[in-house]
Amino acid sequence: MSRPLLPPISVRSARLLPSRWDLLALPIILAVFVLFAHTARSMSAPLSVVETAAISLDPSALPAYALMTTLRMLAAMLLSIIFTFTYGTLAAKSRRAGALMVPTLDILQSVPILGFLSFTVTAFLGLFPGNQLGAECAAVFAIFTSQAWNMAFSFYQSLRTVPADLNEVTYSFGLSGWQRFWRLEVPFGMPGLIWNMMMSMSGGWFFVVASEAISVGNTTITLPGVGSYVATAIAYKNLAAVGWSLLTMLIVITLYDQLLFRPIVAWADKFRFEDSASAEVPRSWFLDLLNRARWVQESAGPVSLAARQLIRRRSIFPRAPLNFGEANPVREKWIDRLWYAFVGLIAVYAVWQVFTYTRSALGWGDVVTVVGYGLITFMRVIVLIALASLFWVPIGVWIGMRPRWAQIAQPIAQFMAAFPANLMFPVAVALIVRFRLNADVWLSPLMVLGTQWYILFNVIAGASAFPSDLKDVATGMRIKGWLWWRKVALPGIFPYYLTGAITASGGSWNASVVSEIASWGNEKLEAHGLGAYIAKATESGDYHRLVLGIAVMSVFVTLLNRTIWRPLYNYAERRLKLG
Amino acid sequence: MNPDLLSLKKIGKSFPRVGNDPLVVLDNVDLQLKSGEIVSLLGRSGSGKSTLLRIISGLIEASSGEAEFKGRPIRGPSGEMAMVFQSFALFPWLTVLENVELGLIAMEVPRDESKKRARHAIELIGLSGFENAYPRELSGGMRQRVGFARALVVQPTLLLMDEPFSALDVLTAETLRTDFLDLWVEGRMPIKSVLLVTHNIEEAVLMCDRILIFSSNPGRIAEEVRVNLPHPRNRLDPTFRKIVDSIYARMTTHNAKQSPQSDGAFPGLGLGMVLPDVSTNLMSGLIENLAQEHKGRADLPVIAAALQLEVDNLLHLAETLQLLRFVELSEGDIALTAAGTRYANMSSDDRKDLFADHLLAYVPLAAHMRRVLEERPDRSARISRFLEELEDYMTEDNAKESLKAVIAWGRYAEIFSYSESATMVVLLRRDAVTATP
Repeated sequence: MSRPLLPPISVRSARLLPSRWDLLALPIILAVFVLFAHTARSMSAPLSVVETAAISLDPSALPAYALMTTLRMLAAMLLSIIFTFTYGTLAAKSRRAGALMVPTLDILQSVPILGFLSFTVTAFLGLFPGNQLGAECAAVFAIFTSQAWNMAFSFYQSLRTVPADLNEVTYSFGLSGWQRFWRLEVPFGMPGLIWNMMMSMSGGWFFVVASEAISVGNTTITLPGVGSYVATAIAYKNLAAVGWSLLTMLIVITLYDQLLFRPIVAWADKFRFEDSASAEVPRSWFLDLLNRARWVQESAGPVSLAARQLIRRRSIFPRAPLNFGEANPVREKWIDRLWYAFVGLIAVYAVWQVFTYTRSALGWGDVVTVVGYGLITFMRVIVLIALASLFWVPIGVWIGMRPRWAQIAQPIAQFMAAFPANLMFPVAVALIVRFRLNADVWLSPLMVLGTQWYILFNVIAGASAFPSDLKDVATGMRIKGWLWWRKVALPGIFPYYLTGAITASGGSWNASVVSEIASWGNEKLEAHGLGAYIAKATESGDYHRLVLGIAVMSVFVTLLNRTIWRPLYNYAERRLKLG
Repeated sequence: MNPDLLSLKKIGKSFPRVGNDPLVVLDNVDLQLKSGEIVSLLGRSGSGKSTLLRIISGLIEASSGEAEFKGRPIRGPSGEMAMVFQSFALFPWLTVLENVELGLIAMEVPRDESKKRARHAIELIGLSGFENAYPRELSGGMRQRVGFARALVVQPTLLLMDEPFSALDVLTAETLRTDFLDLWVEGRMPIKSVLLVTHNIEEAVLMCDRILIFSSNPGRIAEEVRVNLPHPRNRLDPTFRKIVDSIYARMTTHNAKQSPQSDGAFPGLGLGMVLPDVSTNLMSGLIENLAQEHKGRADLPVIAAALQLEVDNLLHLAETLQLLRFVELSEGDIALTAAGTRYANMSSDDRKDLFADHLLAYVPLAAHMRRVLEERPDRSARISRFLEELEDYMTEDNAKESLKAVIAWGRYAEIFSYSESATMVVLLRRDAVTATP
């Protein structure tokens, strides 16, 4: 938000009168502050209060619950941003650190996040004994783990691709590392980072709901929030309460989108790197409102000035010396070897630790069983992604080729992707119980309930971006029917479709942990699969089986990425990229 | 006696390569720059002149030799030099004012003063009123003005310019050049001296007091040309034309001298020849143009204007044709050979045959690839096989470009077919080759 230079005092005081926009903007901001302050205080209550205070199924309690859930999301996002700036920067700046940190990030992206919960809850409860804060931290940490990795990865990649000429400018003018970070590196990484933040948020709602009602072994914690509300509704078979929570989430996500993300996206448009002015500038009514409201602007003035002064300063850290002088290639190579040997040793040691730990309680038979379960879940993921693709790709192409429809459908699809699908599970489970359906088959669709939307909105985006001259050529040569799909539409949207399918597949693996095992009141449904295995191990506090399950799932996901998704993606990048 | 502002003695720069000899980019460069002059480094792209500029600015260090500025060795970037970039290198998220302020922020100039100085520089360079615009709202010429303002605002003694006008269209570039020269002649800029890197001969003659002609592989200063014309200079002035012509001649003959076997002007011999990726369409175009419009012989500057080609591209094109024995270059002239004249009068299929003969006879890499492919039962090989071989002689980038060029020529001549997805080259025909060198 660049503002012109501050005019002389007399003019300024005239500007101090509130504009009519202040009437709208100020109350919204103040209300948000008050609500968050109040809620934050209640979150540090002693644990005994939480354990005894049962979740009320009265719909009037929902706004407060929703607020707490949102607050957890925000805290996790803040953590993720801090993590991104530090981890991503370190990984990009130091070649040797990067060699360890980047693959770590890659693996962390594939680990089933819900598997973490049981470890972290125990750890954090130990950190704050007898206080709700421990459980809160565990929940926030769970959300953090669902958000941080792809953000850090995106930032790391941006840092690696900072244009050389801009880098030279900062060096030749002698900008310090701190100045370069804020003037060049962060702005350059911003568009990618914000896109990934939005993706992370979508995933985050899913995990916040899943992590509020945690039971690890014989510790059961129910943090006040929408997730716990749903869990309680399930226990009491209260379908109406489930409906209320759905409505609440609908409102929360809408507000979140309108008050937080739209403004950020609209503001971040200036960080786009393409030099040409874009045809479509993202807009946000709330950002416009903030910009027009004078009191808001004035009161934000000192904060923004302080921030500007801070990034203007030469150093918070001492100035990094320019990498001057020839590196000795032979010596460098030896240091490299030593470092990689060291990293390799640590990796071997870690694998050995995991091995001996699981080995102490489990045998090779267990490994075979778990891998078998992994294959079942793998089949589920593949079949469901294929089914969802068959269903959504034609629809997405149809919508995307019609700009007016796309404008309406795109936000809806994005919204559906953000909506925590696990809130819908009870409805489906209730139906399965009612009609006595086969759990192995009918629980499966739940895995893609939330993730199928990634396919839809990416396909819509791809079809909308399809060049109109190519469309005209196809029409002019009267290419129709299956030929049109094969030669025109499908290759055109393939890179986009792939992005959607990769995201959907990753999400589905994670979702398997909560969808392969479900309950409705005292009825328990269970499908065979790795997700159910991990869920059961968590519930019974069986750490040996949990470690084994998580390890196997990580291996599956990583292999799937390496052998199928990445080669396909490279192919699409190389051959099918338009423009 | 005017002391040297900048003094380079025996500057060399080489990059270590794993499992190979270091790559020498600059060799034995001597250069002195005095106060009050504009000097240009004129050379082909890839001749190392930009590397030299970065050594002077302190962005990279020379491998050997001494670089001194005002009698002190250059150690890292200093506030006394500022650079203008070919790509403008503006920050799209900063306004014009913020972009210009960048160097002042690094110097920790207080906020108010820095704004004042930035505004002054913006006014000087003719951009008043655009302080709060973002670069994407500006045209190319205006963007480069921001680039100039950003460099001038730190009040450098020496201004370094890295092909500052080559990304602009002809008219805009000319306006910006003359505006810059006006400011220079009137002494309204804080700078004492200018070093301009360019591959545009006319630009160098128009702006500079001295022109240092750079030769490539490894880069070194081959010749020095003084331009004593008063400003403003007129491009149509016969003396001006004569200087331009003589530089053309020097740039072509000099390169011919370098490789006595007359393998064109390409550095290295045999497989070590770095081949530019020149399109066969352009080659045919130039041959036809020479045959039809110029009776087979023309001045290079004339051809450059007629085909609207940058000098750099024209020289690459002309030298490739010389390598293929379709033209001959001498004294800034380009003339068709007998084969070139025949080519101009042929049908398109015959042209392909003639081109194929010449390609296999005169381009060692093409002949080598054919030999290798002939020995294979399936007449195909992975592209990486040749790439690795070439990398013994040249950098990875050069090897890629050379291979790309040969494959494109071979495809036109229907000698090779190439599948990008499989990265395989396949030999098509030409079992018997008629032409012998």
